[in-house]
Amino acid sequence: MSSHPSTVIKNVTLYGEGDPVDVLMQDGVIAEIGSGLSGDEEVDATGCLLLPGLVDLHTHLREPGREDAETVDTGTQAAAAGGFTAVHAMANTTPVADTAGVVEQVWRLGQQHGHCDVFPVGAVTVGLEGKEMAELGTMADSAARVRVFSDDGKCVSDASLMRRALEYVKAFDGVIAQHAQEPRLTDGAQMNEGVNSSLLGLTGWPAVAEEAIIARDCLLTGHVGGRLHVCHLSTAGSVELIRWAKGKGWDVTAEVTPHHLLLTDDACCGYDPTFKVNPPLRTQADVDAVREGLADGTIDAVATDHAPHALEDKETEWGAAAMGMTGLETALAVVASTMVETGRLTWRQVADRMSETPARIGRLEGHGRPLAVGEPANVVVVDPAAGWVVDAAAMASRSRNTPFAGHQLQARVKATFLRGSLTAREGKPA
Amino acid sequence: MLDAPALSRVVDRMAHELLEKTGGGADVVLLGIPTRGTHLARRLAQRVQAFEGLTVPTGSLDVTLYRDDLRMKSPRALEETDVPADGVDGKLVVLVDDVLFSGRTVRAALDALADLGRPRAVQLAVLVDRGHRELPIRPDYVGKNIPTSLRETIHVQLSETDGADAVLLGPAAS
Amino acid sequence: MNRHLLSAADLSLEDATLILDTAAELAELTERATVKKLPTLRGRTVVNLFFEDSTRTKTSFELAAKRLSADVINFAAKGSSVSKGETLKDTALTLEAMGSDAVVIRHSWSGAPVNLARIVRGSVVNAGDGTHEHPTQALLDAFTMRQKLGRLEGLKVTIVGDILHSRVARSNVLLLKTLGAEVTLVAPPTLLPTGVDTWPAEVSYDLDAVLPKSDVVMMLRVQRERMGAAYFPSAREYSRRYGLDVDRVRQLQDHTIVMHPGPMVRGMEIASEVADGLRSTIQDQVANGVSVRMAVLYLLLGGSESAIGSEQ
Repeated sequence: MSSHPSTVIKNVTLYGEGDPVDVLMQDGVIAEIGSGLSGDEEVDATGCLLLPGLVDLHTHLREPGREDAETVDTGTQAAAAGGFTAVHAMANTTPVADTAGVVEQVWRLGQQHGHCDVFPVGAVTVGLEGKEMAELGTMADSAARVRVFSDDGKCVSDASLMRRALEYVKAFDGVIAQHAQEPRLTDGAQMNEGVNSSLLGLTGWPAVAEEAIIARDCLLTGHVGGRLHVCHLSTAGSVELIRWAKGKGWDVTAEVTPHHLLLTDDACCGYDPTFKVNPPLRTQADVDAVREGLADGTIDAVATDHAPHALEDKETEWGAAAMGMTGLETALAVVASTMVETGRLTWRQVADRMSETPARIGRLEGHGRPLAVGEPANVVVVDPAAGWVVDAAAMASRSRNTPFAGHQLQARVKATFLRGSLTAREGKPA
Repeated sequence: MLDAPALSRVVDRMAHELLEKTGGGADVVLLGIPTRGTHLARRLAQRVQAFEGLTVPTGSLDVTLYRDDLRMKSPRALEETDVPADGVDGKLVVLVDDVLFSGRTVRAALDALADLGRPRAVQLAVLVDRGHRELPIRPDYVGKNIPTSLRETIHVQLSETDGADAVLLGPAAS
Repeated sequence: MNRHLLSAADLSLEDATLILDTAAELAELTERATVKKLPTLRGRTVVNLFFEDSTRTKTSFELAAKRLSADVINFAAKGSSVSKGETLKDTALTLEAMGSDAVVIRHSWSGAPVNLARIVRGSVVNAGDGTHEHPTQALLDAFTMRQKLGRLEGLKVTIVGDILHSRVARSNVLLLKTLGAEVTLVAPPTLLPTGVDTWPAEVSYDLDAVLPKSDVVMMLRVQRERMGAAYFPSAREYSRRYGLDVDRVRQLQDHTIVMHPGPMVRGMEIASEVADGLRSTIQDQVANGVSVRMAVLYLLLGGSESAIGSEQ
């Protein structure tokens, strides 16, 4: 192991706090933190801060099935470029990740490419069809060690099946990550139901369709004592429900996406399908509420819901376009812009919301760890004042459907290290 | 160039000439080109009525949709086209306009007229002929010839639209 | 700069008035003076791009373009099954290559004309998109109201029916607001969109309370398939509560007109006697459609740059 070259990050502040230090990484771990350290490689991080490598609970890597939109290779390069050292790959691939075979394939691809650890999410139901429970235990016991189960893209809408899933995964400390969308209330839905949808003549996706499922699932969790994680929470009402459920002491966690922290459904008014996403962009009141929820800890984590789509699935009429946006490469900068630069979160708290807590929810062992000697060297160097303009064409992701193209952002990933190896530099894969 | 009394005398004379050249004005239809041509056509009709007791059918003919310079500027609002009830077939149509310049408006009017019917003959009456014709068109009745340079402008003012009657010569509009 | 007519909201009061005045002169020329063809758009190409069947609207636009001497290409592009998106983009590029000056588009997806306007260089006219808008229908409705009642300012217009799914209602609300009329929407609560309270219109669930105050009553088609989705219990109940029958017509003022954009479901939202009655302007609306569409095409395409519309 000591044949690996060592790297020292020079002059960096841990979590953006205190005096700058040098961090020496060797043999995959943080070997020393101090001053005047030297190594085989040196990274000058003057003005930068160090965070534990980011962990995404919600990534669509599209492989197997839609390799034209993204692959494990390109998706994990995008993740590394965005400062992530671990991503959870959602199950809605073709075939669906509902067996040990598929999850192990995805997991191995992640290991093989080595840009970022990939933890497959297992489907809750066979084929995401919401009818029969998939072999959750077999996936948990597989090499992929699945702990997060989700039918994301679809809601586990059958209350009885949801209850059983919440109960069943207790046996291996799993969590059900629910895509909260009451299907009968969102038949043909195209965007947030409200003033804009009424004028645009697009079928509405009402907030209540999300909130009704969250309320039901919180009650089920309270009843059976399982572990519920709410994916991409998007409404003010959902924040209230999670706050209430946590107040009851139930094991409920929730995530919010960067796009729901920044954008509103006003962005839909030009019918540009780049802004078509599920759950849809909501109103300013919802944006304010999810920011507040993330700041006060009601919302536990930021997750990207990185959803790459091929150009022809987006360059079309709104109604025919696919739902989803890319997000891995912009997540940290958008969180900084909406939460840190506005004084709602410190960088120390960003480490919690984007690394430590998501790792804990996913039951990951080598990620989201403290910046301390002996810990795995999964770290990200962030320049909080780099200043950059998002360029869709310059993304490492295979797809271009970022809703932030043209946005001026401040914070930028300077370097990402996975077990001490450089995986990305200056926002580009290494 | 013309004050109100002079303009009135000019219209009187044109009305007399019209009666003379059309053999009493029996099957004449006056069609003014909006907006001032329409008012001049009505004035001519009033004079004819006063001189001879003859009611000449009078109307207006908008030529906007027939102009050959449509593509050179933004589309303009249309003016009124109002053809007398008996139409123009077999009639002697006298087109009336305020200023004759390049002749392109009259050409457009001839096209517009052709779409409305088939007159026995068409004549042209203008209050001012300022020269610089670009088409082989010549007036049958001229109120006043005013030779101009291309840089100058002619302003015909009529009480119906401008509060007072006058013809003014001005420098090129900026 | 070519401009587009994508939404009734694209039109200022000046634009809308110019269209209505121009349409009035064109109606005079073509109806009274019997000029069948004007040379105005000679050499211009107008493409009718209809992704959704609509003989009525397509014919109206075709006649309007032809009366102005434009070349008309009818492009029946009823969606390819696999990827409708490719069809729109590819079709648009084809039209570009053919040098079309204007595209009149009808599409089943809301916003498709907006997407098209981003691709093509020529003017785009929205001839009805999904449940979004149908601006030339609103213009011909306004034209008919002005023709019959002499004014639009202060006119009390009641629109009755499936507001939620109606592009005609959306365009009428926006245009009539611009023109100074007062709109009341009447429908069962299930057929009104969330957010309707922010529209520039009054809302009522009670047709009988609104009828006596109305100068114009516009009935919208209610598709029977809405019943299946539980918007209302039965055609009979809908008709009883929201249909314009002979008894209800007796509540109207003497001058009040009854409009319908077509196609009608006789016996559902409107009784046959009412549709064919003296107050009905349904036939006038069809005739006025041609004049209004001529005006729109002339003002968009007749000159070096458009006199109306939005720049997208």
